[in-house]
Amino acid sequence: MKVRKHYFNGDSPENALQLDSGLPLSPIRIAYETIGSLNQEKDNAILICHAFSGDSHVAGLYEDDPDTERPGWWDFMVGPGKGIDTNHYFVICCNIPGSCMGSTGPSSINPKTGKPYGLSFPMITIGDMVKSQKLVLDHLGVKKLHSVIGGSVGGMQVLEWCVRYPELIRSAIPIATTMRHSALAIAFNEVARQAIMVDPHWNSGDYYQSQGPDLGLSVARMIGHVTYLSDEAMRRKFGRKRQDNKDFSFNFEANFQVESYLRYQGSKFAKRFDANSVLYITKAADYFDLADNSNTRESLQDLLGSHFRFLIISYTSDWLYPTYQAKELVQALKRTGQDVSFCEIEADCGHDAFLIPDKRLTKLIGGFLNGI
Amino acid sequence: MEYKHKNPEQLRFDLSIIASWIQPGSRVLDLGCGRGDLLAWLKEHKNIQGTGIEQNKEKAAACISRGLSVLQGDLRDEVQDYPDDCFDMVILSQTLQQVYQPDNLLKSLSRIGKQVIVSFPNFSHFSIRLQLLFRGQAPKNRQLPFSWYDTPNIRVITLADFRKFSKDVGYTIVRECAINTHDQDRRGKIISLFSNFFATYGVFLIEKNVP
Repeated sequence: MKVRKHYFNGDSPENALQLDSGLPLSPIRIAYETIGSLNQEKDNAILICHAFSGDSHVAGLYEDDPDTERPGWWDFMVGPGKGIDTNHYFVICCNIPGSCMGSTGPSSINPKTGKPYGLSFPMITIGDMVKSQKLVLDHLGVKKLHSVIGGSVGGMQVLEWCVRYPELIRSAIPIATTMRHSALAIAFNEVARQAIMVDPHWNSGDYYQSQGPDLGLSVARMIGHVTYLSDEAMRRKFGRKRQDNKDFSFNFEANFQVESYLRYQGSKFAKRFDANSVLYITKAADYFDLADNSNTRESLQDLLGSHFRFLIISYTSDWLYPTYQAKELVQALKRTGQDVSFCEIEADCGHDAFLIPDKRLTKLIGGFLNGI
Repeated sequence: MEYKHKNPEQLRFDLSIIASWIQPGSRVLDLGCGRGDLLAWLKEHKNIQGTGIEQNKEKAAACISRGLSVLQGDLRDEVQDYPDDCFDMVILSQTLQQVYQPDNLLKSLSRIGKQVIVSFPNFSHFSIRLQLLFRGQAPKNRQLPFSWYDTPNIRVITLADFRKFSKDVGYTIVRECAINTHDQDRRGKIISLFSNFFATYGVFLIEKNVP
């Protein structure tokens, strides 16, 4: 399956993105990809929201990709005849603003200065991400979303969609997510941010003309990566295995496989992702809170009176957003009279389990979408 | 990809009695819904708005995969969060005998549902009485096939016991039906005489007393 990356350009003042912080973001560019075709009623669309470091490339290959290239990040789930069947549905996936994978973010050029924004980029919320996706849907002429689906930070966007635009939605599938970050999740994000900001090459976010904070970004990813795994997964994958079967070197080289693996993941990430984007997106996730109206404008209580179908999925070994947080979400939705389904999936691979091919997840999502 | 399961045209006998008591278009909560056979049948034939609760992850996933709304979890916890009078009918089919605090559960159900259907294996069936009388051992039969040490059925209930119990927890019996059928059987018959002696299962439709 071949796909193309498209860009929505909002460069006139009327389609500027009015941010939750009160500032406008203009011009704004949103990268997006679509698979399948929109029907005449324009109501067979499914919006897929990507996670923190993801992008709009949800499935398939680009035209000029070699066959050996890895397909999009949810290729096992999205495509003709798959769980999210693109023979029936028009699938849309947008890159979030604040990111660096095609949409406007801190590494984009600020038209006022002609230089990359850096820290002069305005703070972005999960709500702003949702509003930017709404611009793209309006541009494509979508009238109704059959479903909004996403995992992790993508799941937060799914919930935000429900409170911001309930009239546009039939169903929602938040996966491995939460209605607000726990202190533990904020703590991990803060350590990741500090790792970047203490790197002298970070230079208060102004590093685009020189060497960036690659080491700090790499350490930030190492921490993040641990939170996406689990005790069981790491025991199974690494245990105390030595790198290259060598004995201890009695210095600080990577003697354990797990050390070497994390270093590799860190430096790989530093090559493809922007450090400032990590700061902005992690902060947006930390600010997100739909549990009550006291801190934010929206909350799940706003759903009283509306009625749509939810499928909430959690994983047994997810310690970033554990099942108890999914259950809190289920409770909150039940209280507002929503039609809620919930299933915890047994898996030892931690928070990232939803990105790993699993027939159970495919069947749950496919069957749920069919039943709407 | 098609996920639609074939709906059983004919339900298990005890479930068919329950199904016949459900009004078309009603809001139904099925506690311990298993693989969702009853809910799927009611959705198809009576156009109900159904929700199920099922502890077993694999069974709950099977329900969701066939398009039913089902929550995987412990029914004692899951009944807590619904708004008052959220359902027209709550079904507790062959689950009461496995519940730790049945009195608390029935009180919670009176908050969220207008009526409740309860079914359970009758412990005063003559085969059970005879086993206890002549062999002096904890009885087993096709409805209650487990040994005393591995049974999930932690409560022994008779039809007579349930009539008294439902009154004690604030309900009135609207309908009752004693049946003779086996566990997975689609056949069975209704027992009208000496039901506490001859019936293998009891099915009751109860309604909370208006204070």
